[in-house]
Amino acid sequence: MSEERMEQQVFSLPRLGEPAPAFEAQTTMGPIKFPEDFKGRWVVLFSHPADFTPVCTTEFIVFAKYYEEFQKRNCDIIGLSVDSVFSHIAWVRNIEEKTGQKIPFPIIADHMAQVAQKYGMIHPAQSNTFTVRAVFVIDDKGILRAMIYYPLTTGRNIREILRLVDALQTADKHGVATPADWVPEPQTWEFTEENTKVIVPPPTTTEDAQRRLQEGYECTDWYLCKKKI
Amino acid sequence: MACITPDGKLTERAKQILETLIKEGCKTEEEIASLVNRPLFQVRSSIREMVEAGVLERKEERVCITDKGREVYELGKD
Repeated sequence: MSEERMEQQVFSLPRLGEPAPAFEAQTTMGPIKFPEDFKGRWVVLFSHPADFTPVCTTEFIVFAKYYEEFQKRNCDIIGLSVDSVFSHIAWVRNIEEKTGQKIPFPIIADHMAQVAQKYGMIHPAQSNTFTVRAVFVIDDKGILRAMIYYPLTTGRNIREILRLVDALQTADKHGVATPADWVPEPQTWEFTEENTKVIVPPPTTTEDAQRRLQEGYECTDWYLCKKKI
Repeated sequence: MACITPDGKLTERAKQILETLIKEGCKTEEEIASLVNRPLFQVRSSIREMVEAGVLERKEERVCITDKGREVYELGKD
């Protein structure tokens, strides 16, 4: 989509309590039609800036780790970025090869940013082309129930998203509201030393990428290296 | 397409669904997803395409294979 055309199209941001915008898209698991294909299921639709970037990779690994927990809550996960389906496939294969973690949910290849525009996932002050880290929780009736936006620099807390789904489903089931820091039951989730590490900005030349693995960082691959600060 | 490969053959997913309906008879989308062990959204997407292609048909809440579907499955077997 040209910049000129993008400027001409005006989309209102989705609003809580209204039907989530419908779309059709190509994904890593085949074509999908939303909301039809997800009727009766909760959905966490989330965008990430780009494939093969470090923060996004860590998010996908943790989303995948909690995939079964979302499934237990009748909730599907859908990822999205403006990359092609071929890039998505290469990236999920790379993640599995380097970390052993399969990505069991579909990733939308939104290279024309059609879904991203409908959901307000592109924030020009952050980037004109990449999607920010947006999260939409959509209920089993296709109603948008919660939105979260994070900037490009900050990885999301996937447990918080799971807690949000729990809180919304509990509110529906019992006709209640949930207070600050509410959890459905005492949690054994703990943060470890690993959670305190930060990501080193990835190299932008092949020469630097080659060197990165010898620089003493903890690297999963050339684009995902961490350090303690 | 979710049910036809670029070279015109049935995808593995389409074969699984057709085979299941031949063996088990008409089923709901949820039952098919459970029998083929695939996510419901993926099965719904395939069923939609195969209904449009005349390979499957909807009978109220259930999905059934058509005569054309049986022919396509037989032709697509390795």
